[in-house]
Amino acid sequence: MTKKKQSLTTSQARKRLTRRELLGRAVGAVGVAAVVPVNGQQAIDTTRRPGRGPSEIDQRSPFVTPRRDPSATSSRTPLQDLRGTITPADLHFERHHGGVPEIDPDRYELLIHGLVDRQTVFSLADLKRFPSTSRICFLECAGNLRRGNPETPPQMVCGLTSQTEWTGVMLSTLLRETGTKPNATWFLAEGQDAAVMSRSIPIEKAFDDAMIVYAQNGDALMPGNGYPVRLLLPGFEGNSSVKWLRRIEFADRPFMTREETSKYTDPLGDGSISRQFSFVMDARSIITDPAYPRVIEPGWHEIRGLAWSGRGRITQVDVSTDGGMSWHPADLQAPVLSKAHVRFRHLWHWTGSPAEIMSRAIDETGYVQPTWETLRLVRGPWTRYHQNPITSWTVGENGRMLFGSERLQI
Amino acid sequence: MTGPRVSVTTVLALAISVSLLFPHIQTLASGQRRQRSVQTPRTFGFGRPAVSDDITRLDIDVMPDGTGLPLGGGTASDGARTWKQSCAGCHGSEGQGGTAAPLVGRDPAARPPTVGNYWPYATTLYDYINRAMPRTSPGTLTPNQIYGLVAWILAKNKVISEDARMTAETLPAVLMPARNRFVPDDRQGGAEVR
Repeated sequence: MTKKKQSLTTSQARKRLTRRELLGRAVGAVGVAAVVPVNGQQAIDTTRRPGRGPSEIDQRSPFVTPRRDPSATSSRTPLQDLRGTITPADLHFERHHGGVPEIDPDRYELLIHGLVDRQTVFSLADLKRFPSTSRICFLECAGNLRRGNPETPPQMVCGLTSQTEWTGVMLSTLLRETGTKPNATWFLAEGQDAAVMSRSIPIEKAFDDAMIVYAQNGDALMPGNGYPVRLLLPGFEGNSSVKWLRRIEFADRPFMTREETSKYTDPLGDGSISRQFSFVMDARSIITDPAYPRVIEPGWHEIRGLAWSGRGRITQVDVSTDGGMSWHPADLQAPVLSKAHVRFRHLWHWTGSPAEIMSRAIDETGYVQPTWETLRLVRGPWTRYHQNPITSWTVGENGRMLFGSERLQI
Repeated sequence: MTGPRVSVTTVLALAISVSLLFPHIQTLASGQRRQRSVQTPRTFGFGRPAVSDDITRLDIDVMPDGTGLPLGGGTASDGARTWKQSCAGCHGSEGQGGTAAPLVGRDPAARPPTVGNYWPYATTLYDYINRAMPRTSPGTLTPNQIYGLVAWILAKNKVISEDARMTAETLPAVLMPARNRFVPDDRQGGAEVR
């Protein structure tokens, strides 16, 4: 926790430094010592000198420095810095088990074999030649919850979820080429990274909405997200959307890889049994603003957040500003897509008294995002994956927003 | 009396316009439909047939019934040397207490889980070591070394005897303590939280 605090402080310091540097540079350039900051007036009068010309690739304003928060195994999306629902490709969360491989697209191949009629190898050019599909959906790591302490920003609470417009070919289109044997019931998806990541997936998903994707928000996939090709299983836990995909093998049973036995399984009750192949991400939401580390003033605020469900569309998001005593339906920003982040908003007049704000998502199956107590009650204390509890932010009279970590300590 | 007559006239006029308009709309609509319905071919013919080398080069998975296990074999004492060289640095000299996850332990209530209390299939050990270990140089161990390591880990967990030799025949027959621990996902959405 100390380390996290430090990294946040460092990034804030970086922001301040950048501003100061810029001001310094501006003063130097103008060569006048008396640049008095006036509200609404820039250090350099931008109307009196032309700005930079066209460039090959744009960069964020030096005043804008969103950063993922990396650990040894993952880096988390700065949810509190983002608007709308699409995650910029370079801020999409990463989770990998053997580092990010560098793959030459000209030598890339995808093998489909096993219980198929025609075992086939596809090049990247082959994959791109097939009819293409684009789909906006979320991708969330199964282990996306840190209960943390009160000084935890949204990024650390659940920054292992991101949203992308993915483009590629439906897996079902490729399976028209290869055919599948009548006894094929599962397929293995395998990556080309140093973990040679492998997961078994039920064949129904292959014919439902599984995609083989090569583009992320209009551009090629980022290396950390599987360049040049990854599997995409909308609504499923992120680990099963295998990146750097090199091989798909059909079989008549699951392969029982390490990642679907010793990992990514959910101990239930006293821990003596475990739920296996728990792919779907249940409905969830989080308020991304206002949240720690913001300090707010009394008056009107728009509570903003994200909600999503791996089972389909979000139908309603409720917001409470009194710690869950009363709930009010929030506005949902259209379009509300299936298996996708939706942005919700709720106007809140903060009087200046201590308050606690929270959200709960409801999806088209009628599932209501549960409290931590409910999750604990139905699953027991040992589950580490698929934790989607209602989370909250508290505010004291000083206006400091803090993560409601106490609700998750039971 | 004029009211109804106007109404009738209006209805007639509307009917005529609709009858005039409808064929036009239908033509447009069906025309559009025809334009969209370029027949998707049965296959596109993209990609090339996989030859046996394409498959053998990549087909490394090992299934619970032993499918995919190579020739060779090893005992715990064969594995001890490889363990010391390639594994103990992270997993500890006895398979626990290192920086990486502990692998040895039978207490079903112990956390974090181990091979002895949580892994349902012994074949997964071969599959995983072969594909991903050692972390800094995966894919460098020989089948005999991997069989030896698997035997060492299973023997440390008291799942097999010290002198049991793990091969393509014996490994799938090992019954793991956690074999019956797992149940299918019973979550289905809806009002009930599971």
